[in-house]
Amino acid sequence: MRITPRRSSPPPLRSSGEQPDSVAGHARKPGELTLKEMLRWAWRQLTSMRTALLLLLLLAVAAIPGSIIPQNGVDSLKASQWRDAHPKLTPVYEKLGLFHVFSTPWFAAIYLLLLISLVGCFIPRIVVYAKALRARPPRTPSNLDRLPEHAQFLTDRSPAEVLDRADVVLQKYRRDRTDDSVSAERGYLREAGNLLFHVSVLIVLIGFAMGSLFGYKGGVIVVVGQGWANNLTQYDDFAPGALFNPDNLDDFSFDIKGFDVTWLTSGPAKGQARGFVSHLDYSQDGGPTKSYDLKVNHPLTIGGTELFLIGHGYAPVITVRDGQGNVAWSGPTVFLPEDQTFTSIGVVKAADAEPKGIGLRGWFYPTYAFTDASGPFSVMGDAKNPAISMQVYAGDLGLDSGTSQSVYALDTSHASLVKKADGKPFRVDLALGQKVKLPDGLGSVSFDGLDRWNKLKISRTPGVRIALAGVLMALLGLLGSLFIRPRRAWVRARETEDGTLVEVAVLDRAGGDDVAPVLAEIVERLEENT
Amino acid sequence: MSNSAWGTLSDQAVAFAGVVYFLALLAHLVEWSALRQVATPATVTAGSGEVLVAERPGPTAASSSRAELFGRLGVLLTAGAAFVHFIALLGRGMAADPNRVPWGNMYEFTLSGTFVVAVLYLALYRKLALHWMAPIVVAFVLTLLMVAVIWLYGPVAPLTEALNSPWLVIHVVSAVIATGAFTIGGIASVLYLVKSKHPDAGGYLARVPEPPALDRIAYRLHSFAFPVWTFAVLITGPIWAHQAWSSFWNWDPKEVWAFITWVVYAGYLHARATAGWRGRRAAWLALVGMATLWFNFIGINYFSTTSQHSYAGLEAPRVPGPAQTSR
Repeated sequence: MRITPRRSSPPPLRSSGEQPDSVAGHARKPGELTLKEMLRWAWRQLTSMRTALLLLLLLAVAAIPGSIIPQNGVDSLKASQWRDAHPKLTPVYEKLGLFHVFSTPWFAAIYLLLLISLVGCFIPRIVVYAKALRARPPRTPSNLDRLPEHAQFLTDRSPAEVLDRADVVLQKYRRDRTDDSVSAERGYLREAGNLLFHVSVLIVLIGFAMGSLFGYKGGVIVVVGQGWANNLTQYDDFAPGALFNPDNLDDFSFDIKGFDVTWLTSGPAKGQARGFVSHLDYSQDGGPTKSYDLKVNHPLTIGGTELFLIGHGYAPVITVRDGQGNVAWSGPTVFLPEDQTFTSIGVVKAADAEPKGIGLRGWFYPTYAFTDASGPFSVMGDAKNPAISMQVYAGDLGLDSGTSQSVYALDTSHASLVKKADGKPFRVDLALGQKVKLPDGLGSVSFDGLDRWNKLKISRTPGVRIALAGVLMALLGLLGSLFIRPRRAWVRARETEDGTLVEVAVLDRAGGDDVAPVLAEIVERLEENT
Repeated sequence: MSNSAWGTLSDQAVAFAGVVYFLALLAHLVEWSALRQVATPATVTAGSGEVLVAERPGPTAASSSRAELFGRLGVLLTAGAAFVHFIALLGRGMAADPNRVPWGNMYEFTLSGTFVVAVLYLALYRKLALHWMAPIVVAFVLTLLMVAVIWLYGPVAPLTEALNSPWLVIHVVSAVIATGAFTIGGIASVLYLVKSKHPDAGGYLARVPEPPALDRIAYRLHSFAFPVWTFAVLITGPIWAHQAWSSFWNWDPKEVWAFITWVVYAGYLHARATAGWRGRRAAWLALVGMATLWFNFIGINYFSTTSQHSYAGLEAPRVPGPAQTSR
C-alpha cells in the first residue's frame, strides 16, 4: 500500500558527500540532527504506517474504560452511584477523566494524532496517485521467468498474431505494445478507493464535530393536553454544543392533543406497554397548524430540529387547599416512574399555603393493590385503580431562599413531617376523586383527576448528513480498496527454432492475492485459436 | 399451528439441531482419527496457488477411504443440522404475536449468529476448500448453541417498541453476517498460527492447508466481513439509533465495543499492508478482533448494565418509557 519509500530511521547526515549548508563550519557528531531534520524525522515517524497502526490500536484500548466505567454522558445516575460506592478510586478516576472518557484530552490526543498521521499519509499519496494515474504500464522485464508467477508455451502462430491476441485477452488492462511484447496494468482504482476511504474518515469526523459543536440536545416533559414552545427557558434539561448559538433555535410550538398506549394483558411480555402514539399539533414560524403522530422510531422533524418521544408517565391532578380554604396548589403534577409497573414518585409544593407551607412527597400507583407482606404496590402500568400515597410536610419549603430547586425534590430542612395524634406519620392515601383533611387545620388535599405526560427529546444535530455521506463514501472507498485487484501482466512472443515462444507473467501488486488462476486463464485464452 | 406450538417446535428443533451437529462432530472426529493412522501425508503446493493435499497412497488406503466417507457424512450431517437450525429460527419468529424476525433477545441473536456461521461455512466449503475446518466450525456452533440454550434462553416475547423497526432487519442481518464471516476467518487465522508454528505436524494439522493459503483464506473472509461490519455498525446502527434514541452515536457500551472491533479489524487490514506486521502479527490482530466481537455479542450484556442494547430482560429496566423499556 505504501507508495513512496519512507525512512523510519533518522536520515543520513550527508547525502552524496554534500555538506548541508545549515551546518557549514560546524563539525557534527554522528547522529546529531538539525532542528529541521529532527522535525522531518518526527513527521516521518508520525506519518509512518506503523505509527498509524499503533495509534489505531491505542484508540481501541483507550475506548475500553468508557464501556466499563459508567459514563456521565451515557448514564449519569449510574455514574454517581458508582462514585458513591468507590470513594477511594473516585478522585483518581476524576483526575483521569474516566467518567467522561470520550471527551478527555488524552482521548482527543490519540484521535488528533491519528488524524494528523492520516492527513500526512494521504496527501503525499494523492500527489503520487495523480502521477500514477497517467503512468504507462512498466516496460516488459527482460527475464519474465524471474517473476514468481510465470508460464511459457510454444505455438506455431507468428509473434505478431500472439501479441494481437494478447491485446484482446488483456482488454481490461491499460496496455503498451512493443515489437515483441505487451505490457499491461490494471486496478488503478484500488488506490483511489483507498484514498477515498481515508478522506471520508476526515469527513465523518467533521460531520460528527459539527453536530457536537453547533448542535444541542434538550429534554422536556409535557403534560398531555398542554402546549410547548421552542424557547430556551422551556427546556427541563438542555445540553448545548460549545459553539451553539441560541438564536438558531427553530421557531415552533406544539400541543400534545392526546396520547395512546396499549397495555399487554397476556403473554410473556404481560404488563409491558406497546404502541405509544403522541398526537401532536404543531406549527412552524407561526404558520398553519399541522398534525403528526409521534411514535418511537418515528421522530418529527421541524426545520432543523427533531423531536423524539422517549418516555411517558402519569401526572395526577392534585389540589391542595390551605387552612383558610384557599387553593394553594392545583394541577397535574408530574410523577416520575420508578419501575415497569409505573409506581411513580412525585412532589407537590404548596409553599404559599397559610398558616404553613404544605409539601407532599410520595407515590402514585396506577393500579393500586395492597398486601400486608409487600405494602402498597402497583399491579401494572395501566391506570386501572389509580391512587396516591404521600407524606405531608409543613413549614418553610425553601422556595423563597433564592437557590434553585428541582421540582422533583422537597427541601424539608425547615419543614416538619405532619403526624397523627398517635405520633405516626400522617399519610395522604387517596383514590381518584377522594379528598382528605389534613390534621392541625393545615387544610386539605384532593386527588381530582389523572393526566399523562410525555417526555420528548428535542435536538438539533447539524452535520448529520455530512457524517452519513462521509461514512457511505468510506464504505465505497473501502470496497474499492479491498476488492479491486491491481495487477501487472506481460506477454512476450519471440520466434525460436521450435516455433513462437510465448512467455507470460502476472504480478500481484496488492499483496495477499493469488494470481496463479489469473495467469492460467490468460495462458489458456492466449492458446485458444482465434 | 398455534403460537405455542411454533414455540415448542422451535425449542425441539434447537435440541435436535444440537444432536445432529454433535453427530456431525463425531463423524469428523472419526474422519480425523482415521487420518492419524495414515502415514504423514505429503503436502504439495502447486505453483504458489491452489494448495493440494495429497495423501500418500500406502497400506492404509482403507482408512483413508474411511476418512473420506466420514468426512462426507460429517458435511451432510452439518447441512442437515443447519436445516433444522433454520426451522428453529423460523419457529421462534412464528411463535411471536405478531410474527416477527427472530432477533428479539440474546437467545435469538445467538441462535441466528451460529446459524450464519454454519451456513457460511457450508456455502464456502467448496469455494475455499474448507474441509479441514469442519471439526472446529461444528464444535464452535455446537458450543454456542449450548451456551444459548443453557444461559440465554428466554420465552418468546413480542419485540420491544424500539426494536420494532425495519432497521432491525437490516442492522441485525448485516451484523450477524459479518459476525459469521469474521468467525470463520478467525478460525482460519488460529490455524494459520498453529500451522506456521508446527509446519510438520501430522494428523489433523497435516490436512490443514499451508500457512500462505490459510492466510489468504483468512484475508478473504475478513475483507468480506469488514465492509459488512462497517455497514452494520457505522451506517445502519447510527441511522437507527438516531431514529429511536435521538442521537446517532451515544457511546453506549455496545457501540463502544462495536467500534473497538471495527478499529481492531481495520488494524488487521492495515497491518497486512505494513512491513513487519504481515503474517503472524496480523493473525494475532484478527484473533483479538474475534475476541472483542464475541465479547461484544454476548459478554458486554452481562458486564455492563448501562447498555441501551441490553436485551432479554437481563436486568430490570430502571426507568420505563417507550424507548427505555428493556432494550
